[in-house]
Amino acid sequence: MGRPAAATRPGRRRGRFEHWFYLSPALVVLAALLVYPLYQLVLVSLYDYRQAQVSGAQPLRFIGFDNYATLLGDPRFWGVLGNTVVFAAACVVGTLLVGGALAVLATRLRPWVRTVLFLTALGAWATPAVTGSAVWLFLFDPTLGLVNQVLVGVGLEGFAGHSWTYEKWSAFGLVGAEVIWCSFPFVMVTLYAGITSIPEEVVEAARLDGASTLRIAHSIMLPMLRPVLAIVTIQSIIWDFKIFTQIYIMTGGGGISGQNMVLNVYGYQQAFAASQYGLGSAIGVITSLLLLAITLVYLRALRRNGEVL
Amino acid sequence: MSVRHDESGPAVAPATGAAARPPAGASDRPAAAPRRRRPRRWLADVCALLVAVVVAFPLYWMVLSALRPRAELEAGDATPFTLSPSLDSFERVVLVDGFGRYLVNSLLVAGAVVVLSTLCAFLAAVALTRYRFRTRSTLLVMVLVAQMVPIEALTIPLFFLLRNIGGAVPALGLNHLGSLIIVHMAFSIPFAIWMLRGFVAAVPQSVEEAAKLDGASSFTFVRRILFPLVAPGVAACSIFSFITTWNDFLFAKTFIISAQENQTLPIAILTFFKPDENDWGGIMAGSVLMTIPVLIFFVIVQRHLISGLGGAVKG
Repeated sequence: MGRPAAATRPGRRRGRFEHWFYLSPALVVLAALLVYPLYQLVLVSLYDYRQAQVSGAQPLRFIGFDNYATLLGDPRFWGVLGNTVVFAAACVVGTLLVGGALAVLATRLRPWVRTVLFLTALGAWATPAVTGSAVWLFLFDPTLGLVNQVLVGVGLEGFAGHSWTYEKWSAFGLVGAEVIWCSFPFVMVTLYAGITSIPEEVVEAARLDGASTLRIAHSIMLPMLRPVLAIVTIQSIIWDFKIFTQIYIMTGGGGISGQNMVLNVYGYQQAFAASQYGLGSAIGVITSLLLLAITLVYLRALRRNGEVL
Repeated sequence: MSVRHDESGPAVAPATGAAARPPAGASDRPAAAPRRRRPRRWLADVCALLVAVVVAFPLYWMVLSALRPRAELEAGDATPFTLSPSLDSFERVVLVDGFGRYLVNSLLVAGAVVVLSTLCAFLAAVALTRYRFRTRSTLLVMVLVAQMVPIEALTIPLFFLLRNIGGAVPALGLNHLGSLIIVHMAFSIPFAIWMLRGFVAAVPQSVEEAAKLDGASSFTFVRRILFPLVAPGVAACSIFSFITTWNDFLFAKTFIISAQENQTLPIAILTFFKPDENDWGGIMAGSVLMTIPVLIFFVIVQRHLISGLGGAVKG
């Protein structure tokens, strides 16, 4: 044990590069499979890159921003962008409302009721997007689905054989319901944790001072929950903006004549169904930029809340 | 439904409720308040149970439909139970469609991703929280930005990259499980770093100094002391990497093109969807098989879930 004096010195010096030793595995993986593909994505989006170029039948041709020009001049792209924004916004609002309301409700429940609620939410949360989509699709199946049978049984004969995925917004609504179902638990659990972490004394003190429940919620709970709320909101926006599986499965790859396309599905179809890799990459770049903008808002929200990186 | 809950409520509540409640609410409130609040509380409980029923229903329906005999399913039987449960759908799925193979594939990929990505992320989190160096903030911002990268957009370059990697190392190329493992590692690591950062930072500097005084090298400290201390965080972030990998549909669909023996569960389920006639029994049985491992995982780690999220949220 006569080492300390000798050991700390070289330890310090070694410490100058030690962090790179810890960082290297993650950095290697990220550089190879995240950064490099990202660079490739941008590069490919600047080329005329189709099946002929992949197989080598035709040479690669640099076309600058032509892919982007094609997209921005295409009313179909704007339609898809609109779909994405409206659909994501509806999902985010729905998820936050349901999750927030249930988090507040959860604070007023008997422990066993709360446990039941959390367990079922956990079940919905744990359900993979593929199986969740399959079950919801089955529930809303035109002929064999439970929902239509119940509606007909109630006397709404018009729903016999009614297809929920035929009409554009009805299909989006169905997908959105599934999305909210499997994503509200995250919001609920996080907000519940946030609410219960508010010190009881603070609320109690306000109550002793004569503050009403509404006042407490507005002036004490809400400000204290703001950091958590910001995170939950941005996280939901990012998730819902990127939805792919649910749309792909529930609407059969983007709906009838592509009416239910969102950016991700559109880009995927352009690349792997139509072999327009350049165009698909350009859509990917645009999606990434939009999400980057949202991320910057996220960062600013964190900063404003005094979070230090 | 609600009537049944009203009846079962009082029978259960005194047993569990009475034991757990007093320390929480009743002790610091005047005796009159609980009585006045009771009706409202009842309402909240009933509402919550109704919500729970609605939320759980799709899962219940999935299990029920998987157990229904085929004739009942094809007749569109809507009774919320079945009198003659059968395992036919499961048998058909596992024996005829080789579901077991896909299940093993999915488990292999998810298991490898959890272990490898958590390890990489943990080491990176150590570097990013316990060392001060110039590029630290930049790296942290990049980690955050990396989480936002729409992975679907990267499918195109990744496809070509994996094709090239496959030329050199076939096991990591297209049509092999290795391709899914490395790709999912890359997508799990940023979030895992972000999440573990809070846990690693929460371990006081004094612990490290004490370990150093006792002669532990930096790596020994990280391995023997820090890692066990942040175990809850590791559990929480392993849930996320497990679930994103297990649930992945897009990459499995894109990168495993022709090697049917290397397909994973989501794709297997998708093959049951047929243009005119869906095999709902098979789809539901497959869905049950795919959901169960995730549920088990959730139940195991659920205790750490909230604390884990708390750590991530508080940063």
